[in-house]
Amino acid sequence: MENFGYHTPASVADAAKLLDANEDAKLMSGGMTLLPTLKQRLAAPSDLIDLAKIPDIKGVCRDGDELVIGAMTTHAEVHENALVRELIPGLASLAGQIGDPAVRHRGTIGGSCANADPAADYPAGTLGHGATFVTNKRKIAADDFFLGLFETALEPGEIIVGVRFPIPVWSHYQKLRHPASGYAVVGVLVAQTKSGVRVAVTGAGPSAFRATAMEEALAKDFSVKAIEGITVDADDLNNDIHASAAYRAHVVTVLAKRAVAAR
Amino acid sequence: MGQFGIGQPVRRKEDVRLLTGKGQYTDDVNFDGQTWAAFVRSPQAHAKILSIDTSAAKAAPGVVGVFTGTDMKADGVGTLITDVEFKDLAGKDMFRPKRDFMTIDRVRFVGEIVAVVLANTQAQAKAAAELVMVDYDGLPAVGSTAFAASPDSPVIWEEHGSNVGIHWENRPEAEIDVHMAKAKTRVTVDIVNNRVVPNPMEPRCAVSKWENGELTMYAPTQGGRRIQQGIAKIVMNLPADKVRIISPDVGGGFGIRGKLYPELGVVAWAARKIDRPVKWRGDRSETFVSDYHGRDQINHAELGLDANGRVVALKVRTIVNCGAYFAENGPRLPINGGGRIIPGVYDIENFYFSVRPVLSNTVPTDTYRGAGRPEANFLMERLMDAAADATGLARDEIRRRNVIKPEQFPYRTQMGMLIDSGDFIGNMDMAMKAADWAGFDARRAESAKRGKLRGIGLSNFVEPSGGRPTEEMRIAVSPEGKATVYAGTHSHGQGHETVWAQLLESFLGIPFENVTLVQGDTKIMPKEAAGTFGSRSSWMGGVGLQRSAKRIVEKGTKIAANLMQSEPEKVSFDAGVFRAGTSSVTLAEVAKASYEPKNLPDGMEPGLDESYFLKRDPEEFNYPNGTHVIEVEVDPDLGKIEMLNYIAVDDCGKVLNPFIVHGQVYGGVAQGIGQAMTEMTVYDDEGQLVTGSFMDYGMPRAEHLSMIDALFNEVPCKTNDLGVKGAGEAGACGAPGAFVSAVCDALKGYGIRHIDMPMTPDRVWATIQKAKAGKAA
Amino acid sequence: MLINVNMTINGKAVSGQVEARTLLVEFIRDHQRLTGTHVGCDTTQCGCCTVHVDGKAVKSCTMLAVQATGKSVITIEGLAQADGTLHPVQEAFREHHGLQCGFCTPGMVMMGVDICRRHPNADEHTVRQELEGNICRCTGYQGIVEAIMDASAKMAGGKA
Repeated sequence: MENFGYHTPASVADAAKLLDANEDAKLMSGGMTLLPTLKQRLAAPSDLIDLAKIPDIKGVCRDGDELVIGAMTTHAEVHENALVRELIPGLASLAGQIGDPAVRHRGTIGGSCANADPAADYPAGTLGHGATFVTNKRKIAADDFFLGLFETALEPGEIIVGVRFPIPVWSHYQKLRHPASGYAVVGVLVAQTKSGVRVAVTGAGPSAFRATAMEEALAKDFSVKAIEGITVDADDLNNDIHASAAYRAHVVTVLAKRAVAAR
Repeated sequence: MGQFGIGQPVRRKEDVRLLTGKGQYTDDVNFDGQTWAAFVRSPQAHAKILSIDTSAAKAAPGVVGVFTGTDMKADGVGTLITDVEFKDLAGKDMFRPKRDFMTIDRVRFVGEIVAVVLANTQAQAKAAAELVMVDYDGLPAVGSTAFAASPDSPVIWEEHGSNVGIHWENRPEAEIDVHMAKAKTRVTVDIVNNRVVPNPMEPRCAVSKWENGELTMYAPTQGGRRIQQGIAKIVMNLPADKVRIISPDVGGGFGIRGKLYPELGVVAWAARKIDRPVKWRGDRSETFVSDYHGRDQINHAELGLDANGRVVALKVRTIVNCGAYFAENGPRLPINGGGRIIPGVYDIENFYFSVRPVLSNTVPTDTYRGAGRPEANFLMERLMDAAADATGLARDEIRRRNVIKPEQFPYRTQMGMLIDSGDFIGNMDMAMKAADWAGFDARRAESAKRGKLRGIGLSNFVEPSGGRPTEEMRIAVSPEGKATVYAGTHSHGQGHETVWAQLLESFLGIPFENVTLVQGDTKIMPKEAAGTFGSRSSWMGGVGLQRSAKRIVEKGTKIAANLMQSEPEKVSFDAGVFRAGTSSVTLAEVAKASYEPKNLPDGMEPGLDESYFLKRDPEEFNYPNGTHVIEVEVDPDLGKIEMLNYIAVDDCGKVLNPFIVHGQVYGGVAQGIGQAMTEMTVYDDEGQLVTGSFMDYGMPRAEHLSMIDALFNEVPCKTNDLGVKGAGEAGACGAPGAFVSAVCDALKGYGIRHIDMPMTPDRVWATIQKAKAGKAA
Repeated sequence: MLINVNMTINGKAVSGQVEARTLLVEFIRDHQRLTGTHVGCDTTQCGCCTVHVDGKAVKSCTMLAVQATGKSVITIEGLAQADGTLHPVQEAFREHHGLQCGFCTPGMVMMGVDICRRHPNADEHTVRQELEGNICRCTGYQGIVEAIMDASAKMAGGKA
């Protein structure tokens, strides 16, 4: 990989300044996607701004009806955290299904969401729980965050500092792992929240999305039977050597049913 | 037999070293002043090279040299080895394209080497490699095996006019058609035996230096002698003894690491060219497109049976995708490697088979764990399942009626091979009992309650083992009575450090801990060293050691007689002690004495150092065989398969160390399951390898496998003194057939008879949908 | 531009000047000449390079050396006791034939230790799941899974 300048700002504000000052700089959180990309010479940023030394964007706390997870909290920490396990066990379980243990020790929720890999797990986790991204500039609802393939609502210079999860009544994540990469061929999170039922899908499309027809059906009748015949449109889904779009569409329904059945 | 003798489950000597980080692999070796090599590889599958501009790369920071195939050719470097010659029935020779170490005017697969950059650091070399400008004129490419064989395909070797290297047949087809016509039942199968990427965990690498007119190169090989000879002759134009190849610890071989690869030739040649050491550290992505691949066959086969379910005729047509060039053994695998054993454990008199090795714009294929035998066994077992289906006989019953019976041994196959021994019914009985085959229906019912489809499958196999017919082993006993084995074999996971020490303790009474293994260095390995591949080492190495040990005893007997003032005829040897009447001397004492001429009979050379050059007779192949049974559960909604239970019954002949042989079985099974379940190699229409990393290529992981119960049905081999048969490739032969049989059994309710490997969830689900639609229609 | 890095590796303070792009595994292998840690892929999948950073298993091919500054790194060379007594996981690998060619082994063992730390008395299913990020081509994982289960039970027993 090409060399780069390396920075460890002590605050989010300093990180933002560095980002503004260096046009070709990139933020690094866990580096689990960024470093492999650089190693394969697919990108060559001028500078890496490592967020690891910023003290207040890491960890989990409860704030009223919300669980606040710092952007630099690792998947392992979310998976093992007592508060997450108590209040949103579905999220703890999801975090424990990301990558592998070594990746979970480094990868972070902020990094994963900012990268917005179409097959990552957290996009379903945040979207499904109706979470809100807190950045150095504003708050962005998960519904408005994931725009497309590796594309988010983050603006240049914007840095995720944390994610606020409304504590749901119940949630559950089902995933069909890719046999090689471990990413989600399809992942479905079903949540019963105070504002209604949410069904979020990752892996299947160019970006995580909500299966609204299922949400409506489940709102009326929270049962496996209610979503039996509901499928997402395969035309909008990914089609590759590992899974056809038709298969993915089918699996979305299967996993959604299994999630509901786990209630 | 003592605690460390033959047959004991001795823990491995090599483990403490490897478990504490003290292994030494090629990438751990560095030479002072070394440069780093980076290869410029073709991004195109098929193209003419119009020009190669190296000027920018040469001017880049740290660059020491940039070379192309033209430079090598100017130095008189020849072409790579194709160690295969075949003639068709009309006597016409197989087409054998020549491969340069770096291609000159045409690229034929993605990853083919176009140039090499040498620089002071690896980063500089890689950066400069991107500056080599190659002007390609793209040509249509062919990646698919079936398409390569079709007349509509682009031809990648115009001088031959076809992608088919030869249409090889064992005999005129009409001779077998006569018998096929008499069959009461005829079944056909069409099978894709999927291409796999072998992927030893150590990425390929090499480091070389040129010093005092000699080349030294470290590289992971399976025994370097042939590579040494090839490099000396083809690349360096030197006598072989001026080239030294050292393979220290090697991170897996699986057949494909025994080859003279172009990278080795370039790294060797470049060290002399620039007169500085050269190191190349391939990464995994490079390994994917430069290590040879395995399998990649399409088989069409027909089996004819009489009214009793006995086979009356077998016909097989195979297309094998050999890639852009015929590698060292490429076209041999479906013919001599596996084809001739397609009838397997079955008594089949009338057998026709034809093979068309095709060239395509893909990485060449060559020997990979089993090298043609897994393909052959898989095909035969699919035919047997089809025959069971067509005749209404149970899957085991159709097999029982056709296997070679104990009284038929030694059994001469239709292709002239002599199978010395085996207990094929016994294998099946043992495996089915261990798997509780009889109780399967209850388990199936239990799974069905959970919405899962359970299936059980079995596979028989036999795989001629032994590889190349020569090997040399040497034993040197020191004056202290300790022994060093100088092996022609090469252990890269097989545990020879342990097993050879067990053998010496058994043969010579030398304590296990006093035996050291030296291997993998062409300078000190025996002259006729061959290496480890083809499940050969227990036989070729083990028997070689046995005979070397016999020579040690013979010489020792003469010395002992002298020491004891007796006659050699009166001296006996057992457990490390020579005895004559009431006198005795130990081997250690004899060894010490052997280095002092005064103790020796007249004319005897001092020392106790003997070797044996073993030349195997063609009748002395050995035939590991077995029956594997697997149970799986299919989640029909996701098409996902879970492996529940695996019974491997193997007849590896006499087992030297069950602990280690079990390991060989487990590893082979995992590779077979990998091929059947997860390992999908995909070339797209442009000839790009789509599955070129561990992100896309499904290596079997711990979660894909269940525990494997490995049992032995030990029938000692009759054609070697140790009674051993091979073990390394058995698992890979047994697993695919058993796995596919089990999955199809699980899905039989849908009328599904076959699904091609790898049986990925997407493919299984799609097959179920198709079957459902077919039923509805 | 070179950057100063300092950390402890296997309890010993080490420092060096590296380029920012230097990976932790390169620092360990090429700078410190601790060659027990291996590199088996370039996509963070195989786990051959697994080491512990501040007590947690990480893939040293996907971490910069500078990111380990101030941290404690343990590699395969630092696992056995000074007198050569093997760590229970190493011992279990030997006992259960958890290795053949040995290339994936250092990473497997380091991950195994991490699994035992997080899962006392780990069952087979857990161990297989937890080995998601470590690939072995030789053993079919059988001896590895058995070894980690065994070590996990023994280590849990030792604590009780």
